[in-house]
Amino acid sequence: MDQIILQILNGLDKGSAYALIALGLTLIFGTLGVVNFAHGALFMLGAFCAVTLSRILTISHTVIDETKKDFLGNPLKVEVPYVNDWFGEATGQAIIDWSVPLSILFAIPVMIAIGVIMERGLIKHFYKRPHADQILVTFGLAIVLQEIVKYYYGANQIPTPAPEAFIGSFDFGALIGMDPGSIIYPYWRIVYFCFAMVLIGAVFAFLQFTTFGMVVRAGMADRETVGLLGINIDRRFTVMFGIAAAVAGLAGVMYTPINPPNYHMGMDFLVISFVVVVVGGMGSLPGAILAGLVLGILESFASMRQVIEVLPGINQVVIYLAAIIILLTRPRGLMGRKGVMED
Amino acid sequence: MSKTTLTRRGVLKSGAVAGAGVALPTIFTASSAAAYMNEPTGSSVTLGFNVPQTGPYADEGADELRAYMLAVEHLNGEGDGGMMNTFSSKALTGNGILGKKVEYVTGDTQTKPDAARASARSMIEKDGAIMITGGSSSGVAVAVQALCQEAGVVFMAGLTHSNDTTGKDKKANGFRHFFNSYMTGAALAPILANEYGKDRKAYHLTADYNWGYTTEEAVRTSTEAMGWETVAAVKTPLATTDFSSFIAPVLNSGADVLVLNHYGGNMVNSLTSAVQFGLRAAEANGKQFQVVVPLYSRLMAQGAGKNVAGIYGTTNWHWSLENVAGSRYVGTNAFVQSFGAKYGFPPSQAAHTTYCQTLLYADACQRAGTFNPCGVQEALADFEFDGLGNGPTLYRGSDHQCFKDALVVRGKENPDSQFDLLETVDITPREALTYDPAIFGGELGTCNPGA
Repeated sequence: MDQIILQILNGLDKGSAYALIALGLTLIFGTLGVVNFAHGALFMLGAFCAVTLSRILTISHTVIDETKKDFLGNPLKVEVPYVNDWFGEATGQAIIDWSVPLSILFAIPVMIAIGVIMERGLIKHFYKRPHADQILVTFGLAIVLQEIVKYYYGANQIPTPAPEAFIGSFDFGALIGMDPGSIIYPYWRIVYFCFAMVLIGAVFAFLQFTTFGMVVRAGMADRETVGLLGINIDRRFTVMFGIAAAVAGLAGVMYTPINPPNYHMGMDFLVISFVVVVVGGMGSLPGAILAGLVLGILESFASMRQVIEVLPGINQVVIYLAAIIILLTRPRGLMGRKGVMED
Repeated sequence: MSKTTLTRRGVLKSGAVAGAGVALPTIFTASSAAAYMNEPTGSSVTLGFNVPQTGPYADEGADELRAYMLAVEHLNGEGDGGMMNTFSSKALTGNGILGKKVEYVTGDTQTKPDAARASARSMIEKDGAIMITGGSSSGVAVAVQALCQEAGVVFMAGLTHSNDTTGKDKKANGFRHFFNSYMTGAALAPILANEYGKDRKAYHLTADYNWGYTTEEAVRTSTEAMGWETVAAVKTPLATTDFSSFIAPVLNSGADVLVLNHYGGNMVNSLTSAVQFGLRAAEANGKQFQVVVPLYSRLMAQGAGKNVAGIYGTTNWHWSLENVAGSRYVGTNAFVQSFGAKYGFPPSQAAHTTYCQTLLYADACQRAGTFNPCGVQEALADFEFDGLGNGPTLYRGSDHQCFKDALVVRGKENPDSQFDLLETVDITPREALTYDPAIFGGELGTCNPGA
């Protein structure tokens, strides 16, 4: 039983990352009709917002420590961050320690700006082109963004830890009345799942309860009619592209303590996220969330030793097998509606 | 006037013939006047440095390339000479190799065997490289080694740790300076038994490819010989980024040690997950739970950050070795000074092994009096040397594997800098790491001069 709960937790955690990326993909597809293969790169850029802020906060001056030697035998140059000088060592270290959560504030404007520039500068020129052209140009853009990040940050992963208070794990088993120690789960992964749910809820609330959101939803349903009413739907869709970029970016920011980021991390999620969008139903936001979580849980169970021993390699294909089965039985995906992507 | 009739069957036949022609292996041929492949005729000789310049190991590749350029500088008599000053063989004089100035071309392996073979082939065919060296993966090393054997040039392997490179896939034209999985197991197991006790239950997570298998086998065999029991060994796909599903069941599996047979990004991610899931702080079977990473690399340790603290593993070399263990490892400081002064940071073990390989190749040519791969092979086979930072070393003739001391290291709790992440715990003498070459099978074959 404990193993089952553990894998459900793992699946929810993994699935929430899939869901956040798929949510952004669906928003862009639903509003602009663009198949955005650069969306994984936006997730990666978000992660590097956290790396960048961490580096900004640790900009230092050097102090010579005569008691220690460096690798060449010279007195060791110790880096002292300016924030330590400005706010005192305790506060300065606390600010550096909390750099990942602080990066949320940094990443939101940066990612919205990147999204808007990407849409206005490149993607809008491909609205009326075939999907194959859109895929080629956005995939090319993803590779360019990757290489830029690699040029500045290197190919190695960069450790970006969670705040000290969230490092380690807690006894989830004891919390739900099971044997103490039976289910141990990392704090930060729970934080990630909760953050994902809040972010998804915020996006839904924005679309559901604001006038802007209402217009966007109307535009998703019938773009021409909304245009005929004198509403500049293109501008709103540009903003939605920015919001989708910010959602992917925030997913990346909060993911950095789970796996140290590198330039390639977006590609690792991209293909699965597209499967999630298709399984959820093209253009369906709730479908993307549901499919993300379901496929995340399936993948976790398929990675159990007991399952791999019976079906070797199943963990590598389970998502795609599930996608085949779901699309055979429900051709429009879990929550796809008639008429979407069927022209 | 003839009439051409185009039939479906005819097109298929023509296509099959054309396809077969294209699929035939390229046959490397030396020019008719040459005694061996790419025999240098001018005043210079070209070496081919085949390293990952793109892809996940690009940083390691960049460090290899830095070391190669430094070696070329020293061979040509520029710079401070580095380990040429400490090398026991004094055949090299700083006048290139056999009086010819050393030049080089580079290729990008991308850490993909196909790409690595293509770039090696290009350097041999188009650039006239007489020797190919480099790489950061066993898959690449085995593939390029086979190509060099076929082409008739020498292959001096870079960072490759699988037993197979000088085991079942060994070739007469290929040579490895780096240590291997067997040596890791033999060096690590006694230290683990000493530190953690002989009554331990291990859970292995193993990267699902050649290197992972040989490392798991080596560590299992060595630790089981010490009394450890292996509870489970689970293969993890190479493309895995989130190891939570594999790590989560470990704590309740009955194991009290987790062995991560992972390298590169896999190692960083699996170790990070293991620490997140509280394995370092947990207890199992009444003992403190432990995590082990058999093969360490400083560049990977940088990626894992504080998570490496207190975790045991092995390395082929470390920049602090001579300071820590004394003059037996002479050459280390000379290399670190030379590399550090030029680039501003200490060399990685990948840089060290590639620098050594370049010097060893050059020295072998010099002693043999020829660039002919068969002459080089004779000069390197059973060559005993010292002064290259690893202590007395033997290039064994029967499998072209170097035998030297290996380091057992531990992640530092409080590193002074980003380069100071590992501390040497023990040094295993080469006698304890020596094995019968027959245990891994394979045939060395005969050298191929390519003509």
